[in-house]
Amino acid sequence: MDEEFAVHPTEAPPLLRIDALVKKFGAVRAVDRLSLDIRAGEFFALLGPSGCGKTTLLRMLAGFETPDQGRIFLDGLDIARVLPHQRPVNMMFQNYALFPHLTVADNIAFGLKRMEMPAFQMEARVAEMIRLVKLDGLQTRKPDQLSGGQKQRVALARSLARRPRLLLLDEPLAALDKKLRQSTQLELMELQRRLRMTFIIVTHDQEEAMTVADRIGVMNAGRLEQVATPRQLYEAPASRWVAEFVGDVNIFEGQPGLPEGNRLTVSMRDAGAIVVAEPAQPITKPTVCVAIRPEKVKLSRRGPASDALNAHALNRLEGIVTDVSYLGGITSYKVKLDSGMTLRSSMANTARIELDAYHAGQRVVAWFTPDDCVVLEQ
Amino acid sequence: MSARGLFTRPARLAAIAPYLWMVLFFLVPFGFVLKIALSQTAIAQPPYVPVFDLAQGFHTIEGAAELSLDNFRLLLSDNLYVFSYLRSLGVAAISSAMLLAIGYPIAYGMARLPQQWRAVAMMLVIVPFWTSFLIRIYAWINILQHDGLLNQLLLGLHLISQPVVWLSTDTAMYLGMVYSYLPFMILPLYATLAKMDPGLLEAAADLGASRLRSFWLVTFPLSLPGVLAGVLLCFIPIVGEFVIPDLLAGSSSLMIGQTLWLEFFTNKDWPVASATAVVLLLLLVLPLVVYDRLQRRELETAR
Repeated sequence: MDEEFAVHPTEAPPLLRIDALVKKFGAVRAVDRLSLDIRAGEFFALLGPSGCGKTTLLRMLAGFETPDQGRIFLDGLDIARVLPHQRPVNMMFQNYALFPHLTVADNIAFGLKRMEMPAFQMEARVAEMIRLVKLDGLQTRKPDQLSGGQKQRVALARSLARRPRLLLLDEPLAALDKKLRQSTQLELMELQRRLRMTFIIVTHDQEEAMTVADRIGVMNAGRLEQVATPRQLYEAPASRWVAEFVGDVNIFEGQPGLPEGNRLTVSMRDAGAIVVAEPAQPITKPTVCVAIRPEKVKLSRRGPASDALNAHALNRLEGIVTDVSYLGGITSYKVKLDSGMTLRSSMANTARIELDAYHAGQRVVAWFTPDDCVVLEQ
Repeated sequence: MSARGLFTRPARLAAIAPYLWMVLFFLVPFGFVLKIALSQTAIAQPPYVPVFDLAQGFHTIEGAAELSLDNFRLLLSDNLYVFSYLRSLGVAAISSAMLLAIGYPIAYGMARLPQQWRAVAMMLVIVPFWTSFLIRIYAWINILQHDGLLNQLLLGLHLISQPVVWLSTDTAMYLGMVYSYLPFMILPLYATLAKMDPGLLEAAADLGASRLRSFWLVTFPLSLPGVLAGVLLCFIPIVGEFVIPDLLAGSSSLMIGQTLWLEFFTNKDWPVASATAVVLLLLLVLPLVVYDRLQRRELETAR
């Protein structure tokens, strides 16, 4: 114990420590030697495509699946083999799993009744939960008599009622329509901050993960590809897979040259070279990927006008606009470069009457700064 | 407009078809039975005095004034009938309770089988139906008789030193009841248990309920419609059961089906037999009405 404190003298031990967890279904490793620390009070999102193992991981935390290997420490205790009804963890289910034969109030009280809580305290807690999720007046309704959004609130109240050390949310907003989903996301964040509880949400919706979470773990094939804040994830993806999974991206492949100053030139097979900022870690591979987000690629008729910009805008690629998609807030362009590659660019429609809109067939210069490029080795 | 006319007519027909069926094959025969029940017995062919006969013309309807409730009064005054009714209800209640106690665990086990095994289990429940009911009851007589399979087996295992009398006892009758009606209990129970969302049990476990508690707090209450359906599907026919008590039970106390049979075939008292049938029907319609009410309420809350 002393040793542990000696190694990390300033760091508080994490609320949840997942240590080399493995879960196999037949020959498939749904979760593959996954390790992760989650701090108390954190809103953590597990993001990944369907089948990446994120739900399996969540179900192991709730106790519905038993890990084949590895440990799960909650408050320092290994709970990997503790039965679900004995864990201080609650889950909000994707389909809500409300008890159809019980009223809203009884659904919320279900978990409290299992805690040997005095009746007056229980009533107060149920009333508090009803107020918290704004379900006043619906206490005596049965789940069948509720709308989708109301059911979602009951499920949330029920899972919060026991004040769990850890709340697991399995795609909690997937069944709601877009507008309701967005407002509920904000409510969820506010709730989490007010209650100072630790939330782990599983979602395949990256916007949702970015909106609600302090940190996001991106999962792929049973492993964590990257654990980072939403901003880091988007602006500094750890791998080509993450860059392509989170948001849109243009990827160039090429051979890196030697660093010059703080610049590095990556020569592409048939499209000249791109100058990028020198990555923090020295490059070890003979080929690398250069990732650039579409909104960081600007278009112009003759390239950047001002000299000040010119100094930074070292990457100029010429091509022809092939596709224009007006999406309201932004317009998305596809540019066929002279090298044959297609580059995507999106520009904010900051004025109602756009003066320099581009049309298909127009010849343009696409330009971007070295600092906006990310070099990825894998 | 014309298309509408074309399609609504068959649709309307389809809507009234069940009612037509009920009128033709239930209400009209019931009217006959009721008419006979209100008539006087006679040594004749048919063995009652027809108080009116519409086939002879409508003027005979005047005879309807002669209809009497004497037969119903007899049913109430004679203990034989009252005891028969009570015994029938008692046997049906005990049989249903035993059927539920045996059928519920079987249905529960079936519902938890892996998908590919469920169909097999279902077949095993249904397969006995492929043999005639009567033959299966006769087979039980073979098994239960003095030198039957059961006594031979028990003697062979040295569990008994001399043959036990099984046949013509209530034990044999209950055995026959449970054996014959078990599928009617299992199938509705299985149907409700199989469609239950397993996520609800996970939610119960997540909220701190042990497996046993989850069963009592979630599975059982949600299976009540199936329990009710199974109990009614068994209780109602058992009340009127004739074959099983007649072949397997003793003759000391009769179920109402047996009494009715005696009145009809042995005493040739059609009016009393008919009155017995009418009262039996009323006794059974009552729980059905209650069941219907309950189900309608369930449907309303589901909406």
